[in-house]
Amino acid sequence: MEIIKTETHYNFVKLMKPATILSLAVIIIGIASLIWHAGPNYGIDFSGGTLIQIKFKSDTHTDKIRKAFQSIGFEGSIIQDYGVKEVLVRTPETGKDTANFTPQVEKALETAFGAGNYEIRRIEMVGPKVGRDLTRKAILAIIFSWLGILIYVGFRFEFRYALGGIIALVHDVLVTITFLSLFDKEFDLNIVAALLTIVGYSINDTIVIFDRIRENARKNIRQSLDDIINASVNQTLSRTILTSFTVFIVLLVLFFFGGQVIHDFAFTLIVGTISGVYSTVFIASPIVLLFEKIKPSGLKRKK
Amino acid sequence: MLKSIRIRAAIVILLCLAALVYLAPSLTTSLPESWKKYLPMDKIHLGLDLQGGMHLVLEVDTAKAVESTLARSINDLKENMMEKRIRFKLTTNAAGGNAAFEFPDAPARDAFDSLLAKQYPDLEVASSGTVEGKGVATVKIKDKRALEIKKMAVEQSLETIRNRVDQFGVTEPEIIPQGADRIIVQLPGIKDTARAKSLIGRTALLEFKLVDEENSLDEALKGNVPEGDVVANESRLDRTSGQRRDTPLLLKNRTLLSGDALESAKVQIGDRFGEPHVSIKFNAQGATEFERITGENVKKRLAIVLDGVVHSAPVIQERISGGEAQITGSFTMEEASDLAIVLRAGALPAPVTILEERTVGPSLGQDSIDKGTWASIIAGILVLLFMIAYYRFTGIVADIALTMNMLLLLGVMVAFKATLTLPGIAGIVLTIGMAVDANVLINERIKEELRLNKTPRAAIEAGYKKAFLTIFDSNVTTLVAALFLFGFGTGPVKGFAVTLTIGIMVSMFTAVFVTRIIFDYFIWNRKMEKISI
Repeated sequence: MEIIKTETHYNFVKLMKPATILSLAVIIIGIASLIWHAGPNYGIDFSGGTLIQIKFKSDTHTDKIRKAFQSIGFEGSIIQDYGVKEVLVRTPETGKDTANFTPQVEKALETAFGAGNYEIRRIEMVGPKVGRDLTRKAILAIIFSWLGILIYVGFRFEFRYALGGIIALVHDVLVTITFLSLFDKEFDLNIVAALLTIVGYSINDTIVIFDRIRENARKNIRQSLDDIINASVNQTLSRTILTSFTVFIVLLVLFFFGGQVIHDFAFTLIVGTISGVYSTVFIASPIVLLFEKIKPSGLKRKK
Repeated sequence: MLKSIRIRAAIVILLCLAALVYLAPSLTTSLPESWKKYLPMDKIHLGLDLQGGMHLVLEVDTAKAVESTLARSINDLKENMMEKRIRFKLTTNAAGGNAAFEFPDAPARDAFDSLLAKQYPDLEVASSGTVEGKGVATVKIKDKRALEIKKMAVEQSLETIRNRVDQFGVTEPEIIPQGADRIIVQLPGIKDTARAKSLIGRTALLEFKLVDEENSLDEALKGNVPEGDVVANESRLDRTSGQRRDTPLLLKNRTLLSGDALESAKVQIGDRFGEPHVSIKFNAQGATEFERITGENVKKRLAIVLDGVVHSAPVIQERISGGEAQITGSFTMEEASDLAIVLRAGALPAPVTILEERTVGPSLGQDSIDKGTWASIIAGILVLLFMIAYYRFTGIVADIALTMNMLLLLGVMVAFKATLTLPGIAGIVLTIGMAVDANVLINERIKEELRLNKTPRAAIEAGYKKAFLTIFDSNVTTLVAALFLFGFGTGPVKGFAVTLTIGIMVSMFTAVFVTRIIFDYFIWNRKMEKISI
């Protein structure tokens, strides 16, 4: 079977300008959305606070749950349905007595619903200090992964390729954050893991095309870089589609069957991989071209 | 060529067998006895989010450790100066890591300076000057020494907590330091989380102090606490109402004997009421000391203070020799046995606070395992089918590689005792999707070569050769990202980085090395003329 029967000859380079505009538009929407939502919707991992997952024997009204939490001094708790007869309660503050947090919650629930009518399935408490630490570490991890990749690609290819790759990566992370913010998804540790995976996946994709550009550039010294890039993207197109497709299949499976905890993680990866494929074709390669126009390199004359 | 195929195939088969051996204990419980003797019995290690349990991040208040060391030195210094008749006034007593002295004249100050230099190498004058004609000096612990104390405090806390957890009886607990002053405690499968937390988190500083019966408690409660005294509450269980009541007591602040002097502590049941209490035994030095203290203070009340709360304050009837005592205080059996544990394990050198707590119940963990397993199976089958549908024969080859990839990935995880978490399962599913990439790259390359009318043998040769560098470079960059993920991650996220990293490395092996053997076999041995790709 073949998706693409013969060699394709799409002019991707020509699409570079509209693509750049589209990307910038998405990112600007993202920034606007972040401002509108007053920053990312941080989960307790970063903002500090508590999260309690409770399963009830019977349907339970959220007001009753809220009252139970108010009785132990947790005002402003957010209660969210989480599967059948299951809720997720989130409170922004951890309370003063962190050591006695769990018994307090248990006592409040027992008075409100009676022992045995509920089950605390998960309870998480993150102090503000840890939250700040984790935020700093998450930002550093993403930036250092960019740097690490920049160095490796710069070493294996050329600096302008590395730069093209990195700009594509930054693009993917920003686009993903845009969609997370638009859908008001919560930022937690799993999302950061997803972002780093996107970084890894997107660069993987980019390298495949760069590799082809390098190979073609060595083969056809006289050809213009425009043509080489077009040819390379076209030659690797079937691979790009196939691999993205298999990754897409598994992500959809995770999204629908992976359970609640994995749900947002899969959502993030789906957005990220789409952006990753798009940026590989429309962002990374044109940037190499752009740099070529500013400062022609000696690569093409090398044997 | 045929020999090379045989050798390579042998390597692959051996690796797969090794992986199966490592996986067997996780897959079945009915292994023969001889297996248990000679072969690995480790099961795949599940993270807390899958098997349920509690994850705690504790912070050791190291500043407090420095402060209490300073307080002890200052007490000693004070007594020393009084003995030497140096006139001084202590204005701040070690609070916040500084102690401030005031001197009436220059000779007093000089005497103080020389005493400090001679006998207190750990202390130094932080600042000095004159206020209203009087010389003042602030004393603190030297920075270098303070750092040592802080480090010691964390190490000692770690050791103490480890002891307590061991005695509490948790299987496979993990207690590791993090950063300068934090301790991570992981307790898999723990049910009574509140009890575990109080066991780990309490300081358990046991002190024996005399009750001050010369001064008025009422005056002290009004705020006029006499010099050298302290007010502490005695907690008592009211038998009729079943509630705890606090009664204030005025104590002399001096600690006569502390928990350091203990040799052992155990729970005993009282003869009369069948009530549990903790009986303690002092070590040799402690026993002598206890005998002296009780001998000197007959008819006075001796308070047994634990973390600032008086447990009991009995009247000393006579000199007690033998070095044994009892802590009573209307305990439940559980409380008494926990108290015995913390007393045996020793006090924490500084208070700890819980910064982070994550508890997952066992039912949620099982749910996650079920869902994760199903997602993996469904994803795996879909990708396998897709590859066959698209590539036919070559797809089957890629599928063999993918199946082996899963087998080796799980085998490596068991062999290296890596932890499988819920995001880790997601990492495995993602690996299924990404692992075929190498095969797609190779196959597409072979197709291109075939279009140039090359023979299958030449096309495969060229396809592998050209695709390999691409596969290598693209996977190394992904590894770079995974590495940072590992460095950043805690618990579950780290598990994701682990499966992703192993998955990528194994996939490079299976997708390139393994598939090539199969192709070579068909080309050389079966003289295949046409590849279905």
